[in-house]
Amino acid sequence: MESKGSPVGRRVILGMVGLGALGVVFGRQLNSAVSDTVASTLPELGAIIPAAGGFRIYTVTNGYPEMSQADYRLTVGGAVSSPLNLSFADLESLPQTSMTKDFQCVTGWRVDNVPWSGVLMSDLLAVAGAPPTAIALTIDSFDGAYTESLTMEQAIRPDVLIATSMYGKPVTREHGGPVRLLVAPMYGYKSLKWLSNIDVVDSVIPGYWEQRGYDIDAWVGQSNGRSDEPVT
Amino acid sequence: MKRFTPIERFAHRSITVLMLILIATAAALYIPDISVLIGNRGIVKTIHSVSGFLLPIPLIIAIAFPVFRMNMRELNRFHPHDFAWLKRADSASIAPEMSNPEPVYGKFNAGQKLNAAFSFGAILIMFATGMVMFFSSLFTDDIRTGATFVHDWLTLVIVIVLTGHIYMAMKDTQARMGMRTGEVTRGWAQKHHPQWAAVNSGSGAPEPEVHPVDKDQT
Repeated sequence: MESKGSPVGRRVILGMVGLGALGVVFGRQLNSAVSDTVASTLPELGAIIPAAGGFRIYTVTNGYPEMSQADYRLTVGGAVSSPLNLSFADLESLPQTSMTKDFQCVTGWRVDNVPWSGVLMSDLLAVAGAPPTAIALTIDSFDGAYTESLTMEQAIRPDVLIATSMYGKPVTREHGGPVRLLVAPMYGYKSLKWLSNIDVVDSVIPGYWEQRGYDIDAWVGQSNGRSDEPVT
Repeated sequence: MKRFTPIERFAHRSITVLMLILIATAAALYIPDISVLIGNRGIVKTIHSVSGFLLPIPLIIAIAFPVFRMNMRELNRFHPHDFAWLKRADSASIAPEMSNPEPVYGKFNAGQKLNAAFSFGAILIMFATGMVMFFSSLFTDDIRTGATFVHDWLTLVIVIVLTGHIYMAMKDTQARMGMRTGEVTRGWAQKHHPQWAAVNSGSGAPEPEVHPVDKDQT
């Protein structure tokens, strides 16, 4: 009595799949367009919907640790001539460096033009008296789980920072405050949060994600199978 | 009277559970305020990936059953009365005193048909883009960024549609009962799906004046 009707359901599904495929192919451009639009019109949105261009907060432990500036200590040890045990104020009394860098995550998101300031790793290592023959650093977080590694050559680059400030304000707890590492030329997982200890060691010991398959040398655009634009 | 067989309810129930796990873990992976509460990124990521891999399985199992394939055929096909239903501004209303009720022929109304098509398409796309993200080393970074983009934004659309789906179900106890137990009352069936009720009970055509517009969306 009735005709077979029109296959609207199938058309909806095929239409969605077509749109999805276009989205995958042009997603990179679309993503930048959306981030730029949101950044210029409604920057707060990025904090709620990270797809709109904000930071995503990664933490590998239960929640994330909390420490006040007053309680904060940074220790520098291993093969150094003068081991350090610094307070937040001690860090502030060292030479300060500022830089504005893109933050690129290995999973694909990027936040452009993030202003950071703090103490250059090279300045800190000079104070601790790390020998010129030193090979590598192991770096620990006071979250009790996360670790990172850098070769000495990488660590003394002028874009590797012990960051105490981000966007002109103290680094917040979720971004790794009071003190975090910024390894600007590498993917975000090298920029360890909640920094507590740096040891100068004689070999590279893979960090938390590196033990789980990520590249140890995490240069943006040249590692982990990615070819992102280098960060500025 | 019987509305859904065990296999239909199994498919709905398993997809519900997996979708809830996927959305909860997605929130923990993705929304900054929830990420910091939950943490444990390694474990949450594994649960999300495993649930994603499992998601199509209930569908594949269900498609092996003729009753499910019959539903799919019926959900696919739109008849003139379906378009008429969609044009009604009050399609979603459950007011029993509709002045000009649009009878819903068949087992499903047009809203349910669209929801089914959207859900099927969404599962296909989320599964495909999820695979790109999971086996990321097999794809160029342009494709990975694109897949992440589609996966992220489609998630928001899914959450909105799903909220609507649950909202419509919450308004109709009988519709929920049909999906939970498989059984609906004859009165409900005659009111909301008169033709389907008539065909399935073999009791002839239903009373024409008890056809307020259908609105259940389960």
